[in-house]
Amino acid sequence: MTEHILRMTGITKTFPGVTALRDVNLAVRRGEIHAICGENGAGKSTLMKVLSGVYPHGQYEGEITFEGRRCEFGGIRDSERAGIVIIHQELALCPQLSIAENIYLGNERARRGIIDWNRTNYEAGELLKRVGLRENPTTTVADIGVGKQQLVEIAKALSKEVKLLILDEPTAALNDEDSAHLLDLLRGLRDDGITCVIISHKLNEVTAIADSVTILRDGRTIETLDMARDEVTEDRLISGMVGRALDNRFPPRTPSIGEEAFRIEDWTVYSPSQPGRKVVDGASLMLRRGEIVGLAGLMGAGRTELAMSVFGRTYGVHISGRIFKDGRPIEIRTVQDAIRHGIAYATEDRKRYGLNLIDDIKRNISAAGLKGLAKRGWVNEYEEYRVAERFRASMNIKAPGVDSVVGKLSGGNQQKVVLSKWILTEPDVLILDEPTRGIDVGAKYEIYTIINRLAEQGKAVLVISSELPELLGLCDRVYTLSEGRITGEVPREEATQERLMYLMTKGQE
Amino acid sequence: MTSITGLPGLRRVVPQKYVPVLVTACLFVAMFVAGGVRYDNFATGQIILNVFIDNAFLLVVAVGMTFVILTGGIDLSVGSVVALATMVSASLLKDGWPAYAVIALVLVIGATLGLGMGAIIHYFEIQPFIVTLAGMFLARGLCYTISTDSIPIENETFTAIAQTRINLGGDLSLSPSAVISIVVVLIAAYMLHYTRLGRNVYATGGSEQSALLMGLPVARTKIAVYTISGFCSALGGLLFAFYSLSGYGLSAVGMELDAIAAVVIGGTLLTGGSGYLAGTVLGVLVLGLIQTIISFEGTLSSWWTKIFIGVLLFAFILLQRVFSAGSRRGAH
Repeated sequence: MTEHILRMTGITKTFPGVTALRDVNLAVRRGEIHAICGENGAGKSTLMKVLSGVYPHGQYEGEITFEGRRCEFGGIRDSERAGIVIIHQELALCPQLSIAENIYLGNERARRGIIDWNRTNYEAGELLKRVGLRENPTTTVADIGVGKQQLVEIAKALSKEVKLLILDEPTAALNDEDSAHLLDLLRGLRDDGITCVIISHKLNEVTAIADSVTILRDGRTIETLDMARDEVTEDRLISGMVGRALDNRFPPRTPSIGEEAFRIEDWTVYSPSQPGRKVVDGASLMLRRGEIVGLAGLMGAGRTELAMSVFGRTYGVHISGRIFKDGRPIEIRTVQDAIRHGIAYATEDRKRYGLNLIDDIKRNISAAGLKGLAKRGWVNEYEEYRVAERFRASMNIKAPGVDSVVGKLSGGNQQKVVLSKWILTEPDVLILDEPTRGIDVGAKYEIYTIINRLAEQGKAVLVISSELPELLGLCDRVYTLSEGRITGEVPREEATQERLMYLMTKGQE
Repeated sequence: MTSITGLPGLRRVVPQKYVPVLVTACLFVAMFVAGGVRYDNFATGQIILNVFIDNAFLLVVAVGMTFVILTGGIDLSVGSVVALATMVSASLLKDGWPAYAVIALVLVIGATLGLGMGAIIHYFEIQPFIVTLAGMFLARGLCYTISTDSIPIENETFTAIAQTRINLGGDLSLSPSAVISIVVVLIAAYMLHYTRLGRNVYATGGSEQSALLMGLPVARTKIAVYTISGFCSALGGLLFAFYSLSGYGLSAVGMELDAIAAVVIGGTLLTGGSGYLAGTVLGVLVLGLIQTIISFEGTLSSWWTKIFIGVLLFAFILLQRVFSAGSRRGAH
């Protein structure tokens, strides 16, 4: 029997209302690179949070055995002491501090409480050499790119004498060159005897680097494959990730599709934080009246960035491309322009960007379309109340009244408020970003019904979703986005989860 | 203390958003009753009107501050702008300018200062604290370029306004300044509640990012509130000039803090998005009543006012903490 450095058995983790992990097993052999694959929401990150003590012992069921000992981590400090270090997708570095300060943060090279800066910088320099980063240890982290910051994180892990290194989507934000360098580094670490667990959406990377792969789906372990023994191809991984039956969760609809309503051509957006990185790369797509179109893509593919850059340039820099409404070219520079041209965008993060949580339902509904309820700057409160009541009835917003504070509603009802707000602006084109995220099944059905109704009224709807079954159940056509490029356009009849997943994971060749 | 322990019951009867204002109202009533029991000649309507008369300038300044704080900002320059307004009026009146021209000019100066600070805050994305701190030093410094001494005001219009009392029947009377301050409150309350500008103020303070994605004019709103605050400070300065009939560079030192205290005691969240002008009025009244009680007491030094204000502020910040924690729990 090969020696396992880590065994997690029977891990179950529930959040109020959802079971994120159900009896998950994971066994990692010493000195291997072990990949974990799964759709968004399959439970990969939750599993790693259980392992690293973010969710302390007692908040989950199951057993963790590391280096032959049973572990009950009370927090990240415990797991780090045992030699497990996790590097999250959102890097946890202090941008204002130097590389060396970051590496030894919380673990300072000190003698009797006084920091030994010579030793700090010297040892940091040695670690940087080991990860192949040619930077002065005194350089401020904010001054180096994301790729290099990733290496600093790894150097930080090495400084803690890591035995098991966990990387959550390490290459999601990196360009090809930095990704290749990172993967080489991981191979080097493996040869030094450090075990790595890597969570990745990029299946070509997984097949290239991993020694074994565990596939999660819907919070369960599906299988663990040995790359050397089994014949593992990207297709094999995809069928493991999506193999699930579609049930009857979608209201019926007979589409009646009309003329072209909205089109973008050759849309390119650069990242505002990393100069020169294209987040959306020459994307073109088109929506017709009465049509529900899906936009599928994995995390980091650029879906939200595409939508927000179209919606009044609320994301990105150096945006180029053309927008057509009803076949005529239009210019959208601000959110106000977008609303005026009949375009609405409901954000994926409704609590932060979509609602004023401390205000009531009626004022949230009227916020974007207040112009129509006001005359020369004075708001007609009676009309506002009436409109809000009408939406409360037609959208079935469950609240004692339109004076209720939005922050206290459930996710589904909050989403109905967001949709009401945009419908009030009388849009022709609605872009709905993750419209059912964090919403329970019953309310999802209601949201789908509302989306169908919007399409029936002749509006064009673009639905962005991480849930493939949702796109298959809802949409007439689905575009796939991968690394900022549209990689496919699949009509309803031809759309299967496997086909979409294949297109979504297709890298840039 | 009773006000805090009594909260859960109160919360069930009235919407939560009105609770802080109601707590302040209860506090005000309690103080008034306590004063009436303890001192003769206290429990009269004129006592309350006198609070308005003596604090008219603070009320107007606090109205402007309420706009700013509702957007989640802060304006530290108001006290200095008040002093600058008194200095500019006193020196121009001494030079023989007509009173109404002076008033108009002072108001324009105040609004322009506010506009400038608002523009800097928005377009350069600098924290309001820093920008208005700079504005505070600037306005205070400008006072001394006019004169380092106090300048008396002898203009007929100003002295007439200072001495007029408007009889309200009975033994009650108000000064023109107090009437002006009450009119300002009414206009401002109407603006906050019934205009798109008012809505944008609440929306910006509630969640600036959401407001941007809803297409609300966040830039215009933020600049507008600082302009309003500057205008209110200048108007407050004029009322202060009516009250003191002089201009002096050292007047209204620390008034920005009184104004902030009044707004916070009135139940407005310092993080923005929630609060009412009625609360601000009550906040000013509570501060004024503390001063009145201390002057009735006679033996206490006026510094006790500060001690009571300090204690009250602590109590209200704790209260807000309890509420915001409560609503955050409710959101999940």
